[in-house]
Amino acid sequence: MPDIYHFFQMLVNGLNVGSTYALIAIGYTMVYGIIGMINFAHGEVYMIGSYIAFIAIAGLTMMGLDSVPLLMTAAFIASIVVTSAYGYSIERVAYRPLRGSNRLIPLISAIGMSLFLQNLVLMSQDSKDKSIPNLIPGGFSFGPGGAQEVIVSYMQIVVFVVTVLAMWGLTLFISRSRMGRACRACAEDMKMANLLGINTNNVIALTFVIGAALAAVAAVLISMQYGVINPNAGFMVGLKAFTAAVLGGIGSIPGAMLGGLVLGVAEAFGGDIFGDQYKDVVAFGLLVLVLLFRPSGILGRPEVEKV
Amino acid sequence: MTRHLKSALFSALLVWAVAYPVLGLKLSIVGIGLEVHNSSPLTLAIIAICSVLMFVRVLFSDQLSAAWKASPNMPKVPAKASNFLTLPSTQRWIILGLVVVALVWPFYGSRGAVDIATLILIYVMLGLGLNIVVGLAGLLDLGYVGFYAVGAYTYAMLSHYFGFSFWVCLPIAGLMAATFGFLLGFPVLRLRGDYLAIVTLGFGEIIRLFLRNLTDITGGPNGISNIPKPTLFGLSFDRTAAEGMQTFHEYFGLEYNSINKVIFLYLIALVLVLIVLFVINRLLRMPIGRAWEALREDEIACRALGLNPTIIKLSAFTLGATFAGFAGSFFAARQGLVTPESFTFIESAIILAIVVLGGMGSQLGVILAAIVMILLPEMMREFSEYRMLLFGAMMVLMMIWRPQGLLPMQRPHLELRK
Repeated sequence: MPDIYHFFQMLVNGLNVGSTYALIAIGYTMVYGIIGMINFAHGEVYMIGSYIAFIAIAGLTMMGLDSVPLLMTAAFIASIVVTSAYGYSIERVAYRPLRGSNRLIPLISAIGMSLFLQNLVLMSQDSKDKSIPNLIPGGFSFGPGGAQEVIVSYMQIVVFVVTVLAMWGLTLFISRSRMGRACRACAEDMKMANLLGINTNNVIALTFVIGAALAAVAAVLISMQYGVINPNAGFMVGLKAFTAAVLGGIGSIPGAMLGGLVLGVAEAFGGDIFGDQYKDVVAFGLLVLVLLFRPSGILGRPEVEKV
Repeated sequence: MTRHLKSALFSALLVWAVAYPVLGLKLSIVGIGLEVHNSSPLTLAIIAICSVLMFVRVLFSDQLSAAWKASPNMPKVPAKASNFLTLPSTQRWIILGLVVVALVWPFYGSRGAVDIATLILIYVMLGLGLNIVVGLAGLLDLGYVGFYAVGAYTYAMLSHYFGFSFWVCLPIAGLMAATFGFLLGFPVLRLRGDYLAIVTLGFGEIIRLFLRNLTDITGGPNGISNIPKPTLFGLSFDRTAAEGMQTFHEYFGLEYNSINKVIFLYLIALVLVLIVLFVINRLLRMPIGRAWEALREDEIACRALGLNPTIIKLSAFTLGATFAGFAGSFFAARQGLVTPESFTFIESAIILAIVVLGGMGSQLGVILAAIVMILLPEMMREFSEYRMLLFGAMMVLMMIWRPQGLLPMQRPHLELRK
């Protein structure tokens, strides 16, 4: 059975990519769940996160510090802090003044924001691909060898572990903490939450910050795994993550996690069947099919339009 | 004031956190490694000034907003003038004036200027087409460039493989784009507005990916080159005619002048724009045009009145796609070369920015916005670097301050006399 190894290899790769999609998708889904808009600039937040990670790593390496755990921690902290600032500012500048207006208006503003951020980075950091060497090289493999083996790199394991930890933390936060309860209340009924004394502005800002922080985690993981970044990367990844959010049922956090994994696996197998260059087509095709046949996604609730 | 101190400090810090890592530090490639350097002291100074300004603004936010209210109103456009400018009849006259100017000036303009004007006309066409979808029917289409690509590749491929001329291909390209619009729109238009935006974006990307990857048919990333230019009833504008053809200057006994070709292309674009304008203006007064706008305002009310939203949306979507197809085939003819990279999302964003800046639903607004948006980067080279940055910022600011656009068109309405 040579195929079973190939199958598992694809599965591992798919789950690996999918878990990072899931992290970014949570940002889309939380914002959508609370204020019902698509945060189009979320992909750019991811891209900025990966730049910050590179800056942190390159800066520390220049100072002669090169212990891997230190570099990783520094990259995570720097990236999370800066992208959180971005998440907060984006909400403050581009979305808060538009709250409550026609649906298209915040969306256009979000597209503008996305273009702005992308070109800001393009301008300040130029358009060349930047790369760093893999910090955690190596891996292990199963199987008899040759073409028949499943290779799992250590980096993939790090990606998986960090993702699971981040999601576990988020789930605890949302289900147990006071702010988490406020978030759920706002998603349920913003006006009522406001009447009951929840500062809804803070809650909305918080969802943007959480989304941005998770995007930063994904950004650090992806950029370390692939070792290459460029200013245009945010667009495609953002679109994929949005697909994942829709796939799982937009507005639902477990849905986004599931959707990310499903999308990652589907993309890996799709790329295998149709050729790597059609990977993106598979992802978008999946998005279209889901929206056509089950717009509420895998775990979402059907939305009732209010008059 | 003291109660604002904390938030003022926070805002000032926020400015640093947002600006410094991205603008103040620069990653550069040194050998095979990466290094981080501080960028110029000027940038740091600007960030510092911004953070101080932010600090002051938040600290004195109460006083500032009070002062803002107390200060005499800024010199605004008088209400009468703005009313006059947004009247449909005024705008129609302005458009007519613009058309007359556009017809006359190329014969006195320089070659480069006419060439840029042709480019502007392509964007006017695209803007008008997208205006139907976004401005009139209220459907946010982010994959509009996909239909533009379909039009361009239709002409390029038909002429490359079958030797069809531009005039045969133009309607075919329109039809092709319309078919794509119809086929894509049919399943998608049931979706709510923001989903629609993302799905159309996905479709635009799919079309581009196919064009890039179907190397055998579309030439892959290199695209298709040597696309013939349009002819005037079989008269070509080249220096020497191909076999069995005659050139324009030989036929009329003129000296060969390369500007003739440029002016001819410009006039074709102008005629296409006029056709598009005419069709839209006629349709706007027909039930279907009224239905578009009604649907934009309130879909549920439309349903209650017995309009079929799917058909109305589909007609807007298809018509918009058709115009993009015309624009695309003209673009292919002018450029002589089509590659998938001409049809990226950025292009869609530029067209959307034109519609948003001009005022959704307003023809004159879209025309003027296209002129400004294309002319500015052409005139100021150093500006073109910041073009997309400014477009993005402008889209955000427009949505905050003037979501109806710079020059909206008044909708037909009656007012009670006071």
